[in-house]
Amino acid sequence: MDWSRIIINALEASIGLQTVVFALAAIGLNVHFGYTGLLNFGQSGFLAVAAYGLAVTVATFDLPMWLGILIGLAGAVVLALLLGIPTLRLRADYLAIVTIAAAEIIRLTVRSVTFESTFGGSDGRQAFAGGFYDLNPYPVHEYNIGNFGFNERQMWILTVGWILVALSCLVVYLLMRSPWGRVLKAIREDEDAVRSLGKNVYAYKMQSLIIGGVLGCLGGFVYALGQASIQPDIFGTDTTFFAYTILILGGAARVGGPVVGAMIFWVILSLSDNILNEAIDAGYISKSVISTTQVGQFRFMIVGLLLMLLMIFRPQGIFGDRREIALDAR
Amino acid sequence: MRKRVAFFLAALVSALVVVLGMGASAAQADGESIFGFLFQTKKAERVAYPGVQITVKGPKGFSDKATSDKTGKWSVDVPGPGTYTVSIDTKALPKGVNLTDESKKSLKVPVLVDQDKPVLFPLGKSTRVVESKWSQAAQLIAEGFRFGLIMALAAVGLSLIFGTTGLTNFAHGELVTLGALLTWWISTGNLPFLPDFGGLQFFPAAAIALVLCGLFGWANDAWLWAPLRRRGTGLIAAMIVSIGLGIFLRYFYLYLFTGNTRQYPDYQGAKGIDIGPISLASVDYWSMAVAIVVLLGTILALQKTRIGKATRAVSDNPALAAASGIDVDTVIRVVWISGAMLAGLAGVLLGLAQGINFQMGFQILLLIFAAVTLGGLGTAYGALVGSIVVGMFISVSTLWIPVELKNVGALGILIVILLVRPQGILGRAQRVG
Repeated sequence: MDWSRIIINALEASIGLQTVVFALAAIGLNVHFGYTGLLNFGQSGFLAVAAYGLAVTVATFDLPMWLGILIGLAGAVVLALLLGIPTLRLRADYLAIVTIAAAEIIRLTVRSVTFESTFGGSDGRQAFAGGFYDLNPYPVHEYNIGNFGFNERQMWILTVGWILVALSCLVVYLLMRSPWGRVLKAIREDEDAVRSLGKNVYAYKMQSLIIGGVLGCLGGFVYALGQASIQPDIFGTDTTFFAYTILILGGAARVGGPVVGAMIFWVILSLSDNILNEAIDAGYISKSVISTTQVGQFRFMIVGLLLMLLMIFRPQGIFGDRREIALDAR
Repeated sequence: MRKRVAFFLAALVSALVVVLGMGASAAQADGESIFGFLFQTKKAERVAYPGVQITVKGPKGFSDKATSDKTGKWSVDVPGPGTYTVSIDTKALPKGVNLTDESKKSLKVPVLVDQDKPVLFPLGKSTRVVESKWSQAAQLIAEGFRFGLIMALAAVGLSLIFGTTGLTNFAHGELVTLGALLTWWISTGNLPFLPDFGGLQFFPAAAIALVLCGLFGWANDAWLWAPLRRRGTGLIAAMIVSIGLGIFLRYFYLYLFTGNTRQYPDYQGAKGIDIGPISLASVDYWSMAVAIVVLLGTILALQKTRIGKATRAVSDNPALAAASGIDVDTVIRVVWISGAMLAGLAGVLLGLAQGINFQMGFQILLLIFAAVTLGGLGTAYGALVGSIVVGMFISVSTLWIPVELKNVGALGILIVILLVRPQGILGRAQRVG
């Protein structure tokens, strides 16, 4: 067992690309679920719209990257409107089912052979990130402290990613301190009371859905640019549920909750993967019990268990306040 | 360093990709190729089909053709590992011979480094010689009806659980899968963690599997949901718990069953029986009959028996039901047991129709939600009607839209229904706020 490698991998995971992507997705969910009490199960759809908006604009139509980012952002706003109009007046579980269905519609459409020339089918899109890395201020070099570190491309995407995370947190912090944010929290606590005070609950929920969707979709851009390729199956329902686990782990309705949650989540997954792999290689676990190809399945089981146990025993997560979680709505 | 980042990506999408690779045969040296044999087994003899053209397309514009030889063999050397699309030109096949599944004319296959990848196009009696739109529609309606019945079995349970406890059970798909997996394990004798016992016939295996499903439903309620109800866990929290349970079970199934799609040993390659323009295998007919009988039985039980009436009372108003002397906890326990058995039966029948894999239930979960929403959340009869409508809609819509997009259409109507009539066909408007 090479513990130094296991620990270095875990440290890298704590600030790595996945952490940034899921922190952004969970920050968006925090606006929806944590502050407004909206049960959006289609967050992966927002990530998909952003990632595909960018990738298709650049790779399929050969247009500039900035336009792609604008299209991705516009796509997220349009998706929020499309989801919100039919469902925001309905009960929470309807919103959940519609949003998860919409995210699946997006995934099935972009992976279909029918639209392969535009979206690239199940292979997705590649070769669209060149413009982003042309802006890279880091010279070609490995930026290491011992074995821990990143190359210049990773440094660039992580710098941009963490700046986005910081800005998103700042936006959420300021919004939720404002009168507007207090109305959102009031909607989470008691919608009818807010309505009786003359507020247009529907409009507030819609604004929350759009803002959370746009914040979440930033994760889609970061993922697409960081990997320089996207495939439709990345944006399946599991992605949304990972983001929920992260949000609940860190603590919903807390500005920093999603960020801390994402770091802990990916460290746990990195540790479980690496420890299992090393233990199998070293012969501590017989290959007939788990083969190295099955290690990936264990991370999903861990996520499932983690989500269940958190929800049962500590729904407020690490930093949350139990009274502030919108779990007993109706 | 980049390798490690790549590792994270790989693991994120791992389940599917890894598993697709696992089914591959042992690697041989010197480059990659895709090959296969075109044949059909008639009376234990192999009839080969020469002169049929196969086209292989791949990444970076790669495209090559091959023609099957006397033994039916064809082979294409490909430039490297990757995902290739292999399509068959069915026109060169003799009359009456066609793909057993015409939607599989073109297959996507992953090729690993140094792999000679076998690709099989199952040939058989063309199930659809008919080509007029009407007879095609009749066939699709029949298939849609069968699928709708299977969904209805699962949907009724889901709807009853929702009605009596308020829980939107996202782990219901895993109950469906469990029925199919248990039946397969028992009928082949390969139960995980247990020694091979040779296997049972399909029917006793399915019966034992359904009993085990009922037991699992009981365990679900007794060990998880009843304690949560006692603690006063909110409905949304419970829904998220069910999501966690669903993810856990799904990947636990993947670990036990691997990612392959398998068939029941007794029902591989059943023959078609024609009734008018409709051609279905005999197993399809009797699985439809079983589904209808069970569904009618469920309706009768809900209407006539004491526990059925109590169930409807609890669905209507749990507090009032409890006040009038109904033991709500027992009702819920019975609903969980029967709901899990119904879902398990849906899984067994779905396995007969399309093969068994670890996420078969999850794949139809959203369609079941669509059906339940269409019929009206919480009403058992609504779930039944909704399932059959959704099943037929999915099937018939393939007349106009590509098969791969049929579920998109079904999920699309889910959203439209919520716009127009959120309480569903048989639901009451007051429940939606």
